[in-house]
Amino acid sequence: QQQHEDLSTKKLRLTKPSKSAALHVDLCKATSPADALQYLLQFARKPVEVESVEGVVRILLEHYYKENDASVRLKIASLLGLLSKTAGFSPDCIMDDAINTLQNEKSHQVLAQLLDTLLVIGTKLPENPSVRMRLVEVACKHLTDSSHGVRNKCLQLIGCLGPVEKGVAKEAESQAAKDVQKIIGDHFNDQDPRVRTAAIKAMLQLHERGLKLQQTIYSQACKLLADDYEQVRSAAVQLIWVLSQLYPESIVPIPSSNEEIRLVDDAFGKICHMVSDGSWVVRVQAAKLLGSMQQVSSHFLEQTLDKKLMSDLRRKRTAHERAKELYSSGEFSSGRKWGDDAPKEEIDTGAVNLIESGACGAFVHGLEDEMYEVRIAAVEALCMLAQSSPSFAEKCLDFLVDMFNDEIEEVRLQSIHTMRKISNNITLREDQLDTVLAVLEDSSRDIREALHELLCCTNVSTKEGIHLALVELLKNLTKYPTDRESIWKCLKFLGSRHPTLVLPLVPELLSTHPFFDTPEPDMDDPAYIAVLVLIFNAAKSCPTMPALFSDHTFRHYAYLRDSLSHLVPPLRLPGRKLVSSAVSPSITPHEDPSQQFLHQSLERVYNFQHLDPRGIQELLEFTIRDLQRLGELQSELAGMADFTATYLQCQLLLIKALQEKLWNVAAPLYLKQNALASAAAKQILEETYKMEFMYSGVESRQVVIIHHMRLQAKALQLIVTARTTRGVEPLFGMCEKFLQEVDSFQRCFISELPHMQGSFVDKLLDLMPRLVTSKPSEVVKILQTTLRQSTFLHLPLPEQLHRATANIIEPTGESDNPLRFTSGLVVALDVDATLEHVQDPQGTVKVQVLYPDGQAQLIHPKPADFRNPGPGRHRLITQVYLSHTAWTEPCQIEVRLLLAYNSNRSKASTRIPKSSWSESLEALPPSENGIEGTIPFSKPVKVYIMPKPARR
Amino acid sequence: FPAVRLCSGAGQDVGRSCVLVSIAGKNVMLDCGMHMGYNDDRRFPDFSYITQNGRLTDFLDCVIISHFHLDHCGALPYFSEMVGYDGPIYMTHPTKAICPILLEDYRKITVDKKGETNFFTSQMIKDCMKKVVAVHLHQTVQVDEELEIKAYYAGHVLGAAMFQIKVGCESVVYTGDYNMTPDRHLGAAWIEKCRPDLLITESTYATTIRDSKRCRERDFLKKVHETVERGGKVLIPVFALGRAQELCILLETFWERMNLKAPIYFSTGLTEKANHYYKLFITWTNQKIRKTFVQRNMFEFKHIKAFDRAFADNPGPMVVFATPGMLHAGQSLQIFRKWAGNEKNMVIMPGYCVQGTVGHKILSGQRKLEMEGRQILEVKMQVEYMSFSAHADAKGIMQLIRQAEPRNVLLVHGEAKKMEFLKQKIEQEFHVSCFMPANGETTTILTNPCIPVDISLGLLKRETAIGPLPDAKKPKLMHGTLLMKDNSFRLVSPEQALKELGLAEHQLRFTCRVHIQDPRKEHETVLRVYNHLKGILKDYSVQHLPDGSITVESILIQATAHSEDQGTKVLLVSWTYQDEELGSYLTSLLKKGLPQSTP
Repeated sequence: QQQHEDLSTKKLRLTKPSKSAALHVDLCKATSPADALQYLLQFARKPVEVESVEGVVRILLEHYYKENDASVRLKIASLLGLLSKTAGFSPDCIMDDAINTLQNEKSHQVLAQLLDTLLVIGTKLPENPSVRMRLVEVACKHLTDSSHGVRNKCLQLIGCLGPVEKGVAKEAESQAAKDVQKIIGDHFNDQDPRVRTAAIKAMLQLHERGLKLQQTIYSQACKLLADDYEQVRSAAVQLIWVLSQLYPESIVPIPSSNEEIRLVDDAFGKICHMVSDGSWVVRVQAAKLLGSMQQVSSHFLEQTLDKKLMSDLRRKRTAHERAKELYSSGEFSSGRKWGDDAPKEEIDTGAVNLIESGACGAFVHGLEDEMYEVRIAAVEALCMLAQSSPSFAEKCLDFLVDMFNDEIEEVRLQSIHTMRKISNNITLREDQLDTVLAVLEDSSRDIREALHELLCCTNVSTKEGIHLALVELLKNLTKYPTDRESIWKCLKFLGSRHPTLVLPLVPELLSTHPFFDTPEPDMDDPAYIAVLVLIFNAAKSCPTMPALFSDHTFRHYAYLRDSLSHLVPPLRLPGRKLVSSAVSPSITPHEDPSQQFLHQSLERVYNFQHLDPRGIQELLEFTIRDLQRLGELQSELAGMADFTATYLQCQLLLIKALQEKLWNVAAPLYLKQNALASAAAKQILEETYKMEFMYSGVESRQVVIIHHMRLQAKALQLIVTARTTRGVEPLFGMCEKFLQEVDSFQRCFISELPHMQGSFVDKLLDLMPRLVTSKPSEVVKILQTTLRQSTFLHLPLPEQLHRATANIIEPTGESDNPLRFTSGLVVALDVDATLEHVQDPQGTVKVQVLYPDGQAQLIHPKPADFRNPGPGRHRLITQVYLSHTAWTEPCQIEVRLLLAYNSNRSKASTRIPKSSWSESLEALPPSENGIEGTIPFSKPVKVYIMPKPARR
Repeated sequence: FPAVRLCSGAGQDVGRSCVLVSIAGKNVMLDCGMHMGYNDDRRFPDFSYITQNGRLTDFLDCVIISHFHLDHCGALPYFSEMVGYDGPIYMTHPTKAICPILLEDYRKITVDKKGETNFFTSQMIKDCMKKVVAVHLHQTVQVDEELEIKAYYAGHVLGAAMFQIKVGCESVVYTGDYNMTPDRHLGAAWIEKCRPDLLITESTYATTIRDSKRCRERDFLKKVHETVERGGKVLIPVFALGRAQELCILLETFWERMNLKAPIYFSTGLTEKANHYYKLFITWTNQKIRKTFVQRNMFEFKHIKAFDRAFADNPGPMVVFATPGMLHAGQSLQIFRKWAGNEKNMVIMPGYCVQGTVGHKILSGQRKLEMEGRQILEVKMQVEYMSFSAHADAKGIMQLIRQAEPRNVLLVHGEAKKMEFLKQKIEQEFHVSCFMPANGETTTILTNPCIPVDISLGLLKRETAIGPLPDAKKPKLMHGTLLMKDNSFRLVSPEQALKELGLAEHQLRFTCRVHIQDPRKEHETVLRVYNHLKGILKDYSVQHLPDGSITVESILIQATAHSEDQGTKVLLVSWTYQDEELGSYLTSLLKKGLPQSTP
């Protein structure tokens, strides 16, 4: 016996040391089921190559039939599933065997596992309907199994693989042609709640795969809403929602009466009812889904906010109604009197319905729920519904305002954001504004900033409201001086939205007096600046306002216009010459003068062909300077201006480099000048990366131009290297690489090539056959001439272009107190920064710390450290851990933010899917061609630190 | 059947909660409260009502206390020590901890201050507490072999619970006081879909639907904030336990959020002890407190400090919580007198005030109060009323009924007139019968008790194998023999029953003659019958035997010609008792005659 086994191992080793062989030997050696299980577990930890999968499967199956122990068979079954997931392996060859194993299996657990394996196999073969049909047939056969686990898996399998198109079903006749929906629907009444859940899930799965569910299951689903088990109810709510989206307009009867209503309304009522379910999981589910039922009729929608109050059977008004009444009767802010809320009229006892089956008060309940998850879901749903219905938005306002005082910050934040989103549809009443403004004192910065954001886009109805808002904002400013920027910005929008309401307040705000001169306020007072920002922005569309200003106000205007240009708009002031007023009559009203300026200057640049080289250079220099200045003045055009300026800068560098005299002289003599040309090439490369990755809104048209510029820079690099290096050997490699790049450029942007007539690449591609065959020196020569002759490409501007910017708020870099810590240990530095127009900040933004000794540290902030307070804006609040060996005296380190990029990020979106079943495969090799780099995009901040030597 | 007897109190009345439940032979007393309004015998329930002769311990199987309010547990020491009861008393852990403090306080006031005699002593409270068994939420406690109880969360106050009492398959749920809307420190009541035979629910707010809590909270905070900003002082008279903690949390978090600096004080004594228990029983509080207590226990107040009498004269703004809640005596009244003269100050009454108290007077708008010694106190400070109540409103009660799905509902702890309305609503909307007994009245509720029967595994498997898949939701018909032996029920197969009882088996056979008009020969008739049956009974095995008879399963059919009329054939159908169903079907089928055959 022993000998025989030895023999077999030897034999296998001779052929090939394959995985399957080793496994086979191991399994043969196993004396007990426990042993075999151990071997299998070990085996599962190692990856299996695609070629040997089939062999391994065969061996496993062989052992499967021999094995008596159910646990080992179970493990084998699960291994089969994992193996068939292996990338590149097509499992149809093992399908028959897998199906055969089902036949004689007695253990329910193993059966369930085998069905799971079949499911994996089925999902791996999406283009094979007959295989799927067969699997579904197998599953249908096992649906009568007495174990819930098996039935569960069967339903799952049918849900995932069941035929979606009717045509396919006809092809394969027999039983499988039976309607899968009916098969699944029959299990809605299964005795086991897990199977019921699985049945509903399978139905939802079918829906997701594109099968149109029949309306007949609606009544079945409604019955499931009253199920005893929460998973079932939760799934049923989903199913009802799906049906309501599919058949919103069908008519369903109301039981116990002969009325009929739209299905979507009925479903809405039912889901609303689930908002007061016993299980919070169901409540969250229901509340979430309510938000997406926009087709519901407004009558039902408004009921959700309705809760008839009564006290001792007498009708009572809600606090909201009272507040509204007080407001409309004009006596706001009366103190509460005893009995103010005394109930009024008697209620007819018969008419009171304590548990409405309809939508009544669903949101009132949801917003008052015990679990914050439910409350958040309710707020989100309110938001979505209010966005689509202005009248509902008006009604839900009171409730949202109430949520500003929730005990959980997340809920408060969410409701503030929600309010911002619907603010187009609403005007705040004074009492509501009062409650909103009260939150400005919140100690959480997130809340305050969200509120500022909200105030930026709210409509206020009265001048008292504006005054109130200003007073509260100033209070906020004194309490939290760090909010300065945010408050100013808020007032800017408040002013420009309500010019007529600000007008009557101006004398009071500026404390001017008709007869007396008042003392000039302090120009550096943030509160005073805040008031001025409000007034100047209002004055922009209110020409009568400047008449109310006193002399120093004008002076302050000039100062602020220059120092805080993003907050103070240009004004037409009497007796002052302004750039805009001089130009304004000539331009068309809808075109912004600065925008026009931008286009004009670009126009000029693109037509420079006829100029002499010197003139071109000068023109470029001027234009770049103009554009940069324009970007500083006009924040909305900054992205555009910077982008073009960078591009022109690149072009300027290229021209300069090409005009070097060195090209005419023998190479080795001009090493110094070469430095200039190669530096230019390097800088152009850097700039092109910036252009590609630092701006949001860059379209493919621009990407081509950028890549083209990069190609030119690389050509330049090649030429320079060729001139300075002796010997031809290194040049071979470089040339080849360059040609490859030209090739890949052509492949990537083939569609754009027609637009690039006369450009460098255009000419290059014409010469391509020649280039491939010629020697490096030839190539360089050709490149040089092409580079000189090629025309300057016109850079089309996209609609929206924004430059990614970052601003580190904290640390401020002003502290003289060094941060002391013991060397070798770590100290946490709080970093707070705002990011604008950064796409996917979680993946790209890094923090860099530079120590005085040149050591640099790169920190990846956690995804949770990024908040998203508004579109295009992000906030990074994180902690950076610093550590260093001991220093003798405190020194400054630099902290800055970097934008990481990967040059093939845009193309290489198809990553190799990670194989999940073995860890060793996860360490993928880094993608080959990607050039990874970082762009610093914030001003560095200096932090004083002092690592002390550890005391012994 | 469970019979519910209401021991005096708690019927159509608030106070003195005490319900006696007899369920399947077990007697359980629910709550043992006192009435605040009386100072004589009427303050305690009439325990002689429970049993005339014999000791209480023998009659009652257990006592359950739902929460620590005195109208639910105030009579406990009297009941257990003075009347005499030695059986188990069940309550939740927080209730067990806080209950003696309140009882002791109550005793002090009655005995030490009012000088009453014949009242329970401190030692009695201690002894009584020794009989208490503490239970956890959702823990099933086996009181004896048949009786089990289970506690559910009820909100209301710390440690308040609803109890399910179960004997066999009959069950009763007693809610005590509960709250369906969460507040700042407690969650909402919750019960599983346990479908009890009877739900005994409180109905304090039977005719009220309340507004959202948020508006009230916001109003409260705004008032306090404004007054403090003005530099005024705020007095909030409270009772030591329950609402006081909620308001403390409310103010504490608000102070924290808004970064306010004005001091908040809490009058000392009882409260400190109570706060200690709130800190301990974090699991009984709401989501927010439970989730954040790892960082900081919300009841470890940062801004709220202990009050000293001298602080009342300090300048500057402050907020003071002082007991008692109705401004009728003690510290709250003292502070009120000091501050009443200043219009910058404010008093907020967070609850209901009994007529005759200072609280009630100022709430009804009286501005000049006559104090002791004929002194007139002019009230210039602002007076505010905020109601913070922790009972379920009508909607809440309905919601609980929906959650539990009881077969019957019984209303206690409320006013008769209001109950009437709720009763009508419950009957109308849930279609269950609803009761509202008066004090001392007994209500009997019929139940459908199920009787468990043992079945042998072999028989069960054999029976379930027949017919379609078992469906747990639907009753299934099974055949077997019911054996009643030694006070137990067993379902066994007939063979086994025969064996056990030593009886011989008799076979019962039915025969039936069916006349058919058919002029043909016998065997032809038989063939026709055979074809006919074969065509109809597809799922059964129909055989034509060589001796000229037909069998359908085990049923035999033979045809003979009628002795007188050859045109009439007589079909003899014979089946055993076991095949009765099929047999009678066959006869009725044959009686309809054969289809006109086409030759």
